[in-house]
Amino acid sequence: MSEARRRGVAVFAGLALLLAAILLLSLGSGAVRIPPGRVLDILLQGGASGAGDPTFARDALVVLNIRLPRTLLGLMVGAGLAVSGALMQGLFRNPLADPALVGVSAGAGLAAATVIVLGDRLLAAVNLPGSLPYTALPVAAFSGGLATTYGLYRVATRAGRISVATMLLAGLAAAALAGALTGLLVYASDDRQLRDLTFWSLGSLSGATWTKVMTSAPAILPVLVTVPFLGRGLNALVLGEAEAFHLGVPVERLKRVAILLVAVAVGAGVAAAGVIGFVGLVVPHGLRLLIGPEHRRLLPACALLGGALLVLADVVARLVVAPAELPIGIVTAIVGAPVFLWLLLGRSALADV
Amino acid sequence: MSAAASSPPLSRRAVLGTLLGFGFGFGLAADPARAAASAMRIASLGGAVTEILWRLGAGSRIAIVDTTSVYPAEVLREKPNAGYLRALSAEGLLSAGPDLVIAAEGAGPAAVLTQIREAGIPVVLVHEPPTVEGVLEKIRAVGHAAGLDAPAETLHRTVEAAFAALAGRRARIARPARALVVLSLANGRVMAGGRESTADGILALAGLRNAAEGLTGFKPITDEAIVAAAPETVVVMSNEGHALSPDTVFAPGTALSQTPAAAKRSLVAMDGLALLGFGPRTPETAEALMRAVYPDLTGE
Repeated sequence: MSEARRRGVAVFAGLALLLAAILLLSLGSGAVRIPPGRVLDILLQGGASGAGDPTFARDALVVLNIRLPRTLLGLMVGAGLAVSGALMQGLFRNPLADPALVGVSAGAGLAAATVIVLGDRLLAAVNLPGSLPYTALPVAAFSGGLATTYGLYRVATRAGRISVATMLLAGLAAAALAGALTGLLVYASDDRQLRDLTFWSLGSLSGATWTKVMTSAPAILPVLVTVPFLGRGLNALVLGEAEAFHLGVPVERLKRVAILLVAVAVGAGVAAAGVIGFVGLVVPHGLRLLIGPEHRRLLPACALLGGALLVLADVVARLVVAPAELPIGIVTAIVGAPVFLWLLLGRSALADV
Repeated sequence: MSAAASSPPLSRRAVLGTLLGFGFGFGLAADPARAAASAMRIASLGGAVTEILWRLGAGSRIAIVDTTSVYPAEVLREKPNAGYLRALSAEGLLSAGPDLVIAAEGAGPAAVLTQIREAGIPVVLVHEPPTVEGVLEKIRAVGHAAGLDAPAETLHRTVEAAFAALAGRRARIARPARALVVLSLANGRVMAGGRESTADGILALAGLRNAAEGLTGFKPITDEAIVAAAPETVVVMSNEGHALSPDTVFAPGTALSQTPAAAKRSLVAMDGLALLGFGPRTPETAEALMRAVYPDLTGE
């Protein structure tokens, strides 16, 4: 116990340091070259000392209005995705589970595709001029994700009990249906909308503004704060639902709360940054190998590492092809998939012993 | 990159406003026209916009372009590239130190354009309808934004005259031929330009009838529909000199080999941006297309 606890403390300290280093890296790097000293100056004093120097003013704007909101958004979205992945794997007692299983991504994706392809046509149909405000897409994605999860939840609930297996299968069906409907929209789209759809489905933190940070925070932060309290229940659930119930865990409530939290966190993440894969799968698995499956430690650790890794992926995404940028989903999958395979190789070697 | 050092001063009011968190508004430059007239570093986003700026003699003032800006290639090769028009990055654009952004309508994401405006840099969006009026209007709009009204007026007159000459020649076409614009031929599947597409626009200018009139926009077209459309000529895109050969397009057994175009081996390959970009080269492109299909018209 004390050995595990010591190891846990060491890992948390390490994660905190890693996160701090990556945050500084993110604030200090980008297409605009700004010396690190000046970045610190801007962050600490809001750029007051550089008044009168025009390049300083521009740099302050880049750091405070472009990099800072982008970093914070990446931190929240990454933490939300990783924590949701860990929650899903605990809930479904399945290492393959990821947030897609509760239908959030599928529903959000379909809603986003609808807005991208049909948005302006729908407006024209009701005789409104112009185009949809760009808040329409995130709002639709968030609502679509929540609505799909709620639908699956209803399908999987019988006499007050949620069947996790039914939810998993229904989730696959919903994903297939959403995929087909999205395909229909792809067919109906023009060249430009098709490109929008493709880019959206690869995710990006580009266009992260303070407004986006402020609208995502009320959805994601409460989830991150609540999640550690589910740790004990999830630990008991590993033994099986009946066993957990006999240990005094309110199993049905735990499942409901976990599904709701995942839907909110992932829905908000997808709404703000599009679909970003692999963070929800790789981060919990990696950490389980490091600090074990104990959820009260695992969940907060996932938040730290998920946030740190997504911000790091974003730094890569905006540096490799600067002044253009790669969709972040490409970076997370290119790096995430081999790392995941490597983790699996290591694990099977252990299992053979 | 010394772009940062040479970037011009921002309006201090704009910066202060943004720092205080009031920067959610729009272009804060007090007088966009004045800012534009003195703009020395232009972010030019959109193939036709860049082409027009170059024709107006402002090629050296272009600080950064996008992936759709591909002509003239030798001028653009060394310019920094901000990526795809609809997936721009605010910091990437700012890193080129522009004092004016001229972008084709549809540039985005919208939040990025807002961030650019918050930085005190005016963003001018140019409409792009695929018509004669659209091209002429675009020349004026780009010229005005760059403070080059006089050269824009000259180019406007030249292009207008070219369109008029084209219309005169078009009037002599007794029977418009049916043409199919093939955007791509991936794995034997034909992606064709239907109604309301830029392909439809250029065909109309060249005095051709769009054989894919049953489609809207660029869509995959079925083999049966190709045979039914019975195009007398097929137009394909060439990319840096590479184009599909008649042997590939009219390969035996394909639907395209069953068309009147195959019988005459009538295939026209044209540069993609020139064909579909609706910029200052559009009258020449339409004319070249017309001459390729109606060789008899060239005798005057």
